[in-house]
Amino acid sequence: MQTELIPAKVFCASHAIEQSFIQTLYESGLIDITFIEEDPFVPAAQLEQLERIVRMYFEMDINVEGIETIIHLLHSMHSMQQEMNVLKNRLRLYEESGF
Amino acid sequence: MDFVDYYKILGVNKQASVEDIKKAYRKLARKLHPDLNPNDKEAHKKFQEVNEANEVLSDPEKRKKYDQYGKDWQHADQFEQARQSRQQQPFSGSGSYGGNYGEEDFSDFFSSMFGGSGSRSQTKFKGQDYNAELQLSLRDAYTTHPQTLTVNGKNVRITIPAGVENGQVIKLKGYGAPGRNGGPAGDLFITFVIANDTKFKRMGNDLYSTEEIDLYTALLGGEKIIDTLSGKIKMEVKPEVQNGTKIRLKGKGYPVYKKEGEFGDLYVTWQVKLPTNLTEKQKEIFRELSAS
Repeated sequence: MQTELIPAKVFCASHAIEQSFIQTLYESGLIDITFIEEDPFVPAAQLEQLERIVRMYFEMDINVEGIETIIHLLHSMHSMQQEMNVLKNRLRLYEESGF
Repeated sequence: MDFVDYYKILGVNKQASVEDIKKAYRKLARKLHPDLNPNDKEAHKKFQEVNEANEVLSDPEKRKKYDQYGKDWQHADQFEQARQSRQQQPFSGSGSYGGNYGEEDFSDFFSSMFGGSGSRSQTKFKGQDYNAELQLSLRDAYTTHPQTLTVNGKNVRITIPAGVENGQVIKLKGYGAPGRNGGPAGDLFITFVIANDTKFKRMGNDLYSTEEIDLYTALLGGEKIIDTLSGKIKMEVKPEVQNGTKIRLKGKGYPVYKKEGEFGDLYVTWQVKLPTNLTEKQKEIFRELSAS
């Protein structure tokens, strides 16, 4: 399967951010980058995550360590929501059975 | 349409500096931003107010107009003059990155005073996300099938993978409202509501059902045709089976979501149905059996 790649410099230009910021995120493990002839590219599938990080950093003034923590907690929250959904469905079964 | 006190929303006084406003906005954004509060409509609504307040108070020109005319916003003539002068001197970008803000994310008060959303002309905005609910029956969700939805007057053709769960949400990227200033379109979130139209109970990928067998089959063994979601099958009933005995039929349950060819199991519980309206002769036979 082919992965669509966006040149990091194009992303940075359209969001008015420094390319070093993308490098920092890559080094902290928050995003993946693919290098083609030393030029960094961002996989299109990561754009949403990257835009969210950009908003947290520039709009909410949250540092990279804070963003890492938040993303981890959001993942946990998402997993818990899914688990809650499964449990709700199971509870509904028992309620419908009259237990 | 009521006057909106932007200073109160941001929790700053009228003498607040640009830096104070930025600080107050960021503090509230960290608490209320939709990125940090997914699926929280209340937080989203409050954030829109905070965003609007910041939009006005962080821009010196807008803030000046707001301070001058804010409480008297109904004096349309003055505002019209203000609007005309604004059109000749467009606002400069505030450097904010925006989120999912569309025209409808600004109050009537804001639109009346500044015209439209009056937003940062250079900033790209992602379109608004849409939410929709899709009702399916358990039998429908058993197979992968295409379905066409109408969302905001637009037909959206989607393929629903077999095994989708009740309450599960899927995201269709780019099917929300169009973006502004070249920004990407919003997303469409579809929540599945699955009604059970079958005799089966579903727990994850497993199905549960109860089948009746008569006393004689329970005692002597035999065959029983039972229902599954993929059709009827013949099952052997072992002799002397107890009431409530549970049998597992591997791979006869519900399809596993997005794993083609994988299925859960079907658990069948035997319910022994005792005979009624016995004849005298039958009763006599049972008495003999009971005494032996």
